[in-house]
Amino acid sequence: MTTTDTPPVSGSIADRPRFDCRDAYVRTLADLAQADHRIVGVVNDSVGSSKLDAFKKAFPDRLINVGIAEQDMVGVAAGLANGGRIPFVSAASCFLTGRALEQIKADVAYSDRNVKLCGMSPGMAYGELGPTHHSIEDIAWLRAIDNMIIVVPASPIETAAAMRWAAVTHGPAFIRVSRMAVPEIYDADYEFVPGRAHIVTAGDDVTIISNGTVLWRAIAASEQLATEGIAARVISMPTVKPLDTDAVLAAARETKGIVTAEEATTAGSLGGAVAETVVQHHPTRMTILGVPEFAPTGSAGFLLDRYGMSAAGIADAARALVTG
Amino acid sequence: MTALAVEHATMPVLGRLDPHATRDEVIAHVAEAARQIRIQDAKLVHFAGAGHIGGDFSAIDVLATLYGAVLNVTPETVDDPERDRFILSKGHVAGALYTTLAAFGFLEVAELATFLKPLSRLNGHPNRTKVPGVEANTGPLGHGLPIAVGHAISAKLDVSRRRTYVLTGDGELQEGSNWEAMMAASQYELDSLTVIVDRNRLQQGATTRETNDLDPLDQKAAAFGFAVVEVNGHDHGELLDVLSSAPFRPGKPTFVIAHTHKGHPISFMANNVAWHHKVPNEGQLAQALDELSLPAPSTSN
Repeated sequence: MTTTDTPPVSGSIADRPRFDCRDAYVRTLADLAQADHRIVGVVNDSVGSSKLDAFKKAFPDRLINVGIAEQDMVGVAAGLANGGRIPFVSAASCFLTGRALEQIKADVAYSDRNVKLCGMSPGMAYGELGPTHHSIEDIAWLRAIDNMIIVVPASPIETAAAMRWAAVTHGPAFIRVSRMAVPEIYDADYEFVPGRAHIVTAGDDVTIISNGTVLWRAIAASEQLATEGIAARVISMPTVKPLDTDAVLAAARETKGIVTAEEATTAGSLGGAVAETVVQHHPTRMTILGVPEFAPTGSAGFLLDRYGMSAAGIADAARALVTG
Repeated sequence: MTALAVEHATMPVLGRLDPHATRDEVIAHVAEAARQIRIQDAKLVHFAGAGHIGGDFSAIDVLATLYGAVLNVTPETVDDPERDRFILSKGHVAGALYTTLAAFGFLEVAELATFLKPLSRLNGHPNRTKVPGVEANTGPLGHGLPIAVGHAISAKLDVSRRRTYVLTGDGELQEGSNWEAMMAASQYELDSLTVIVDRNRLQQGATTRETNDLDPLDQKAAAFGFAVVEVNGHDHGELLDVLSSAPFRPGKPTFVIAHTHKGHPISFMANNVAWHHKVPNEGQLAQALDELSLPAPSTSN
């Protein structure tokens, strides 16, 4: 399970063991499938990359593999939902959202089909494979589509909780499933509620809003700022759509500015959603951290650091809003 | 204009015949339904000032046969999980679908007068969340066949006898998603799936041959693992026999090439590419209604 040998001893989140969220994903999918015969997996040859080999062994008829054919994959999922099934589509987020965007719009969202779109290895998880395989655009693309709930879990527990919610809630949803290892942030009894943010670090000087693989880095940034006497509020925003606008506006009112930090394009993702809210209701200073370009060659971790999303980089952005 | 406007929505609701009706009675019933649907659809397009009458008229015989005699779905069972599914992949002939649904009681005939009007639920492309009987929100081409494959897989998982029918245009088959879905249909041995191609050989502005030729379509479908049947898509007897007899080969999905003419059977519309989305004026509407005034001779033997 853990992808590092570092023991969870220090107080810093950066020193905790880290996990690949796909493990929580496959474990939860198997549990859900065991409990509800309507649940099926739908893949585009992505059995291995989605870690679904064990699911396939346990439920051989209920893993629908259409081959390398994303448009068909999403249309088939919509048809399975028409027949009363609850499909969890598991595919690399870049291909799922890019190649099948019109099927997601028309067959799933506009048709209001009960399809769960699980974007595997999103953001820059494929690192050195480059921008063809990066999926920094997925959130911005899907945000533009009506009737689509967008979830970016930050940890294994949050990934599992979002899936359990999706399985029992009618309607289209997109859930990012990270492969880049992240520390656990939540307790085992964490309940996912769509549209609900969580203040994971209290503070009234400045706000950092984050999700997914960057949330723990934001928490680490707040640890660093605390040593300087800056109390940063860290808001976990797992649901990009619908956005918890109450949490955003409270931060706009109560702190000196908002930094958003995410493994996604700076155009129209979480940062854009937060900016749309504050600019209309309570304008405040903001810095949007994310991926502003087709990234050069590098690992996901290297690239996050490069785009200012190391703990130190996020702390710099927050400090500038307090002191600048 | 006013004389026609008054009788805009006057189509009789025909419903289904008793299951013990003879084949000849069923064919006559479907033929009369198709004639009434064409009359109503011509008015629909005329009064809306928009629509796709050419494609409507090439598809109406298939639609009338399916809803009039083949599909196990009624206005009372539109939400029954075990109903047969019909997916209109060529969503731009929504006018023909709405008119057919009204002819068989799924919609009020009077509502057809709202077609394309502001805030009408009868949009230029069908919306399943608003219109009873619609199974998928189609419009962008190449979407229906993958959805149909997904539904057929669900029926197989359920060990259900419910069937899946999808009507595609022929130009629409230029979309690669159809061929992705056909490979999957064959791989999953979906013999409860019937793909019907409205083979009118015309797309928006030219023939399919001039644009991106589909032939040999029968061989292509067969190579993708389908049992292929060719019918006269305006012959209700042939359509009835084929659509109610599928599958033809155990384990194989069925591919029905329905040879049709856009605008059939109106003399000045038939096989005329200009009538893809042209709107009949008052004189043209009067002539079309005149040509549809007598029951069509049965072309079946």
